[in-house]
Amino acid sequence: MRIRILATGLAIGLSMLTGAGPACATGDTIVIGDIDDLSGNYADVMGAGGVEAVRMAIADFGGTVLGKKIEVLVADHQNKPDVGASKFREWADQNGLNMLLGGSNTGVNIAMAKVAAQKKVPLFVIGAGGSSLTNEDCTAYSIHYVYDTTSLANGTATAIVQAGGKSWFYLTADYAFGTQLQAAASKVVEENGGKNIGAVRVPLAASDFSSFLLQAQGSGAQVLGLANAGGDFSNSLKAANEFGITKTMKPAALLAFITNIHSLGLETAQGLYLTTGWYWDLNDDTRAFAKRLFEKIKAEPTMDQSGAYSATLTYLKAVKAVGSTDPDKVMAELKKTKINDMFAKGGYIRADGVMVHTMYVMQVKTPKESKYPWDYYKIVRTMSGEQAFGPITGACPLAPK
Amino acid sequence: MSEIFGIPVAVILGQLTLGLVNGAFYAMLSLGLAVIFGLMGVVNFAHGAFYTLGAFAALLGMQWFGINYWAALVLAPLVVGALGIVTERLLLRHLYRLDPVYGLLLTFGMALVIEGTLREIFGASGQSYPVPSALRGALNIGFMILPVYRAWVILASVTVCGVTWFLIERTRLGSTLRAATENSQLLQAFGVNVPLIVSLTYGGGIALAALAGVLAAPVVLVTPLMGSTLVTVVFAVVVIGGMGSILGSVISGLALGVIEGFTKVVYPEASNVIVFLIMAIVLIVRPAGLFGRE
Repeated sequence: MRIRILATGLAIGLSMLTGAGPACATGDTIVIGDIDDLSGNYADVMGAGGVEAVRMAIADFGGTVLGKKIEVLVADHQNKPDVGASKFREWADQNGLNMLLGGSNTGVNIAMAKVAAQKKVPLFVIGAGGSSLTNEDCTAYSIHYVYDTTSLANGTATAIVQAGGKSWFYLTADYAFGTQLQAAASKVVEENGGKNIGAVRVPLAASDFSSFLLQAQGSGAQVLGLANAGGDFSNSLKAANEFGITKTMKPAALLAFITNIHSLGLETAQGLYLTTGWYWDLNDDTRAFAKRLFEKIKAEPTMDQSGAYSATLTYLKAVKAVGSTDPDKVMAELKKTKINDMFAKGGYIRADGVMVHTMYVMQVKTPKESKYPWDYYKIVRTMSGEQAFGPITGACPLAPK
Repeated sequence: MSEIFGIPVAVILGQLTLGLVNGAFYAMLSLGLAVIFGLMGVVNFAHGAFYTLGAFAALLGMQWFGINYWAALVLAPLVVGALGIVTERLLLRHLYRLDPVYGLLLTFGMALVIEGTLREIFGASGQSYPVPSALRGALNIGFMILPVYRAWVILASVTVCGVTWFLIERTRLGSTLRAATENSQLLQAFGVNVPLIVSLTYGGGIALAALAGVLAAPVVLVTPLMGSTLVTVVFAVVVIGGMGSILGSVISGLALGVIEGFTKVVYPEASNVIVFLIMAIVLIVRPAGLFGRE
């Protein structure tokens, strides 16, 4: 009897985990999916706020396209590539999925890109950074929308080397994203006449970073390159402050989101250089969008959340323009239309899938410079899309050099 | 003298000291787990969540009521420990006569609920807890610059573990506790209120976890997931030390912290698996753990 109760409980629990519930696949709705880290290390970067942004975009579009209702499916990939890929496949097979937004985690997005190619479902990569997604892992249905490791390195590393930070040591998250970010930054450092002294690969979500930081300090490098993200980034910078390493080395945030700066506080984060594709306080349009989302999520949006909003609108506009959800027709339309909204001005999707748009090198304000809540960044340099994302490398077969 | 395996001795000593700091957290957490398992036979999967709650109690106490670090060090374990007693009375109590797997499932579920609730309210990115002003700054101990706060963590943890060991092994209260583990029915026949002892033990173990959480708050970002990253390692520590062995859990906690620290210099990529590797070897050679009884 007890076992039966337990089994029933488990079954109910499991059915709740899979969320969403069955949706009809009859083609009388347009289905947009969002597979993201909703419970782990990166859950605040896009997460539930990203889902809100997608819903907001659909509401702003009018809730329907081609006379069909627009529906959203959401799943947590738990930072596991197999979970993300199998959920994507399931939605494509059973729920009539038309487009997928890929949340954080490069490893998961690489796995999902393979499904996108197989099932011919456009994949807008929002939260992942690894630029292999538009190089060796590129597909005809992938779009890298918000930022990538190349643009992050071109922004932050260039700014720091040019300001005199010539020798670098990296603290690298030991997975696809971290190693790609380190490689991109190393290349930029060398091209600008700097030197890469060494790196230590840190397991994801380590509980303590002080050992690794002491190794960095022992290297004698001038710059501490933090090739990690989320909680790992915050904890490593916090420990670097505690051990006085920030006094002898200049920390470089190769990827930091406004939520990270908010949780660290300006006292710890001040002076840090970072690169972002979007900031809530850039102009009236960004502030208007941020204000609307702030009311729902009680935090200023990250670049990923505003990117998720923009990507949803961009896709829906393309569907409307071609009058169909045929993936090949929609992809062709996407690659020839300029993107103009509060996220990007004059952005365009290149043959290899990169959405080329303006990126900003920011410096975190000191507590004194910050005048109102969430007033965290000042613009150091505005990079054109071409400067930020660089030329087509030729590694993607769709886009020969 | 100045180099071992091509690594300067000063570097090794520095890393071992840092390993000791991490080991201090392992020791405090595995001590609580060992006490709870030893007396109640419950594998407390919610231990990491209560550690997180301890850190959040300190953080919210400061933000909402202006309670400082030193007061939090006492109050947070009391509040969270009381919460532990409530859960024991209301939930865990009903499962003692059943297979231990039920207790494991319940506490695992509790951990998910606690972490999920904290994430829902405070988000996943976490908040900073400042280092108390009396413990700021750094000590130059010759081979490294050690932040005063980290030295304090080692001191506090060794003291707490020592006091707990003394209470259980050398006092009358402790002998009653140990008697309850051996034969609770007989002890009850002598007129001892065994259910009360069980409740207090669970509360005590939870309070230890919460105390570790308060100690950790100024070192790491206070996030809903701070416990879950730590608790899996701590379980391995308890298995290595021997389930239920108090001295074993403390010694293996500190020792594994040091071994892990050493791994971080030699082969950093393996630093998150070394503890589990050792666990596998120990399980093969001595299934009851290094300090456990067969």
